Amino acid sequence: MTTKNSPPLQDALGSAEQAAMLKKERRANSAWNKLLRNKTAVIGLVIIVIMLILAVFAPLIATHDPNALAISKAFRAPGVAGHIFGTDEFGRDLFSRIVYGARISIFVAVGGTLVGSIIGLLLGLVAGYQGGIADSVIMRIMDGMFAFPFILLSIILMTILGSGVFNVILAIGISNVPSFARIVRGQVHVVKNEEYCTAARVLGAGGSRILFRHILPNAISPTIVYFTLNVAGSIISEAALSFLGLGIMPPTASWGNILQGGRGALNTAPHIATISGIFILITVLGFNLFGDGVRDVLDPKMKR
Amino acid sequence: MADIDNEQVIQVLKTILKRLVQLVPILFVVITLTFVLTRMIPGNPAAILLGPQASPADIARMQEELGLNKPMLEQYVNYLTGISQGDFGKSISYNRPVLSLILERLPATLQITLTSMVLAVFIGVPIGVFSAVKQYSAFDYIFMILALVGVSMPIFWLGLMLVLVFSVKLGWFAVLGMGSLQNGFWDVVQHMVLPVVCLTTIPTATFARITRSSMLEVVNKESIKALRARGIRESLVIWKHALKNALPPLITVIGMQLASAFSGAILTETIFSWPGMGMLIYSAVFNRDYALIQGAVLFIAIIFVFVNLIVDLIYLVINPRVNYEGGGTP
Repeated sequence: MTTKNSPPLQDALGSAEQAAMLKKERRANSAWNKLLRNKTAVIGLVIIVIMLILAVFAPLIATHDPNALAISKAFRAPGVAGHIFGTDEFGRDLFSRIVYGARISIFVAVGGTLVGSIIGLLLGLVAGYQGGIADSVIMRIMDGMFAFPFILLSIILMTILGSGVFNVILAIGISNVPSFARIVRGQVHVVKNEEYCTAARVLGAGGSRILFRHILPNAISPTIVYFTLNVAGSIISEAALSFLGLGIMPPTASWGNILQGGRGALNTAPHIATISGIFILITVLGFNLFGDGVRDVLDPKMKR
Repeated sequence: MADIDNEQVIQVLKTILKRLVQLVPILFVVITLTFVLTRMIPGNPAAILLGPQASPADIARMQEELGLNKPMLEQYVNYLTGISQGDFGKSISYNRPVLSLILERLPATLQITLTSMVLAVFIGVPIGVFSAVKQYSAFDYIFMILALVGVSMPIFWLGLMLVLVFSVKLGWFAVLGMGSLQNGFWDVVQHMVLPVVCLTTIPTATFARITRSSMLEVVNKESIKALRARGIRESLVIWKHALKNALPPLITVIGMQLASAFSGAILTETIFSWPGMGMLIYSAVFNRDYALIQGAVLFIAIIFVFVNLIVDLIYLVINPRVNYEGGGTP
């Protein structure tokens, strides 16, 4: 979840960074290939691709209109009358709702992670590179935000913003900012005193050039790893918020609010909660597997 | 720890002092953020409190009574002075001081979160150690796959599935509420089992994974090999020396999991109607109970700040060479 700065790692970084520089071009060419040779990553990737196909081609894959109400057909068991996963409390086809839910859930999770990572990246770069007051102010605010349990911060943000797809993205994104900022800042600290940065400075390169041409590319690996793992976490966050009734509102299907609907029918129609939860679990597992693989490839030292 | 000299002790004390000084701005940020965020929640708490029948005059009077019509800055100053005196305000939905409500609910939350944290350490760490020692064995594969599923588990879904299987289908455990000692010890345990299992799963998986990777880094070090060469019993080498060296990342993760245990508790408590902080906050959000949201959130955030401090200090004590100058804390 975060980089760690334990001493052995720091000791090793000096020589490892130089070696990494030499290998950089070769690595760029082979990172993808390495990833494809990594079993964990491939399994994860396959899961992600399947879910993305569901999301993108939802109108083609869904067997029914996901919002078509038919109270008389409520709570049908899976497989009954052409409903692969049965029907929900309003008689809507569960399979179709899950398929359309994939759209919202993955979109929100990736969107929330993007928002968090972009803001966090910029703040982390500024804090790490500028140091001084900028660093203190930014990082104290990040520390302050970090003190709120993630779900608590998102709950408050959702209460302020109101429900809706973009508000969920914003709430999850903002709650994600501090971790990204911390990781990036830590990496910038490691990188900024490397010889190639000093060299660039001596050669007269400006601050922003050094930051974006020299520091950023070398500090980005842990951020990419964390990005992948964070998508997994954000899928759960969206589901949690919708489950609490603060996220995506019905009739728009998201895995979280399908699960929420299934909660009320746990006795009569347990398939609703069971199936929607399994989809959340498998997708999160996919992103976690892929993230593990990406980490192995990008940074074999960063074990977690 | 035995070979720490005076200079190191002074270094540790200096760092502790520095961390304590750093707390001041963090607490200030936390307090201010809470204030700003709570004020941004839409809706008029006076109107919500009085219900839909209230006349505008009543609402105005209530606003004045609650101090909500004063300028923001004055409200903020009042809020700051209140907190410095331990006054977290008054809940409008319960009509009671926020702090007493929190202190009343906190033990219930601690009861399940701390129990599951302890269980998770005692289950997760040994699994991680065994997995590392027997790397690539069937045990390792099975438990690491389980651990991966564990860290991917949506806690609220796990809660629902536990209810479905053990309560609805099997009828083994009660689902709602807390149980009381008056009905006997078993009643308490019976109510606790499912929420605790729910809260234990994710940290157990996380601890198993981090212990395994940390142990793998350690077991092949020269210093550990040297212990083996000296003929020290393998179990002692692993469980004492290697594990001790593998502790720092684990401590960090335990601290982080304690933090997410509170997040988990909010979701778990709503599923099992466990009358703790989570339920309190959940109801406060829906009742637009400003003072209660503000107080509860602030209280939890302050606990966190101190948990983080304690984790950092433990980290420092078991690993005095940590350089706190460079980079953020992990």
